[in-house]
Amino acid sequence: MSELFTSVQDLAERIPDGAKVAMAPDYSGCSMVTARALIARGAKNLHLIGVPSVGFQGDMLIGAGCVETLETAAVTLDEYGPAPRFMAAAKAGTLKIIDGTCPAIHAGLQAAEKGIPYMPVRGIVGSDLLTHRDDWTTGTDPFGEQDGPLVLVKAIRPDVTLIHAPLADRNGNVWIGVRREMMVMAHAARETFVTAEEIYDGDLLADEQLAPGAIPGLYVSALAEAANGAWPVGLFGRYGPDDAHLRDYLERARTDEGFAGWLDEFVYAPKAAE
Amino acid sequence: MSGELAPEELLIATVADMLDGLRHVAVGAQSPIPGSAALLARARSGGALRVSMLGSEAHSPFTDGGRELFDCAAQGRIDAFFLGGGQIDGQANINLVGIGDYPNTKVRFPGSFGSAYLYLLVPRVILFREEHTARVLVPKVDFISAPGVSDEDVLRTGGPHALVTGRCVFDFDAGKRRFRLASVHPGHDADEIREHTGFDYDAPDVVPETQIPDAATLDLLRGRVADEVAETYPAFAARVFGAADAA
Repeated sequence: MSELFTSVQDLAERIPDGAKVAMAPDYSGCSMVTARALIARGAKNLHLIGVPSVGFQGDMLIGAGCVETLETAAVTLDEYGPAPRFMAAAKAGTLKIIDGTCPAIHAGLQAAEKGIPYMPVRGIVGSDLLTHRDDWTTGTDPFGEQDGPLVLVKAIRPDVTLIHAPLADRNGNVWIGVRREMMVMAHAARETFVTAEEIYDGDLLADEQLAPGAIPGLYVSALAEAANGAWPVGLFGRYGPDDAHLRDYLERARTDEGFAGWLDEFVYAPKAAE
Repeated sequence: MSGELAPEELLIATVADMLDGLRHVAVGAQSPIPGSAALLARARSGGALRVSMLGSEAHSPFTDGGRELFDCAAQGRIDAFFLGGGQIDGQANINLVGIGDYPNTKVRFPGSFGSAYLYLLVPRVILFREEHTARVLVPKVDFISAPGVSDEDVLRTGGPHALVTGRCVFDFDAGKRRFRLASVHPGHDADEIREHTGFDYDAPDVVPETQIPDAATLDLLRGRVADEVAETYPAFAARVFGAADAA
């Protein structure tokens, strides 16, 4: 394997404290194994960017004290209900929340991937979100074809995009299929770190069927093979969420002590056993 | 043999009636009742209605990632969408962020999702909130995630069509910037609605009762639609339709 390949622990070491880290929602590709490694190494002051929302991954990192700023359109655990450690941090006032809306996050990343300073977005005018964002403003169509204000969203340039994907090949190409928000995230970020469920024996870009759903290796800084790397939230097309574990997490994470017990059992103890 | 009508089934059928004749309905996160309604409307449409459900693999037509739904909406390719709110006020403003003086909220909600954008762009936005209390339906929201109405200089092709709650249906009159009570669900009455609604609204002298779904609709709902919705909302499908089957 090339030097591109490394361990999950090394990926976590290479995401520095204070980094702006773009993450996918639970239904896309979450590198949960690296999130646990970040907690285990005691990562601090991270600025998480939910693209466009975060779920259990964000809740766990927030609960473990790794997150200073959360930039997202929402924190959602879908059918599992409110996110307990996010709610606790919001109540305690220990988390800086930059409230956004899904299309503005996608647009900000699109501006970054094009190397331009901002992107116009429709809608949003009249929302209080706009009055609280110093990285959003309004402008008008310079060609005069559209009346009324357009919201201009400043480019979002993550330091790191962290994702989990079903397949990666030895050249660092990463297959994400139709979950193409991860393509935009990789284009927009300075570095992209990937865990892959499985190593593809061949060149993903040489396969006409797979290439259109593949992030080219030129965007990928480091890769680790991690079977079941999206556990417990699941990976599209591969495996679903671990319902029993997530329900147990929710029950425990209702209290500080319960969450600490979950961390001991599933983050610190496995790390110590290595 | 049909079991007793579950309250969720009435809501699903009521919302589905608002979608008949449309081309493309999209459903956002955490929306099992609107999602079921969209799938019911699709089942009745003979294939004419397209449904796009966030979080579903079987019912998502998108291949360009998270942004595609929003790009579609901006182009006018989506006819209806659903939004809720921790608070909803009498001008149809919705609050998905929190209660209190933002950013120091006393109660924090999940966040605005795509509401700030889709509310202005999707022609028929159906507000849905099962809890109908003065705590939710307030005179004025603490934070406007998405505005119900806009000034004339704002380009707006979409907005609120109706508000469906666990007690009733309101229509929204954009010209008057007010809700109007359209129907009350069986077992509820107009006085009760007034008592539990924090905002002022118009009402006819005689308020009709929300129509109960017929047997054919219920069969469709408990059969094909229950199976389809279980893919995205397994817990909901088991609770509502599983219970209905056992009844």
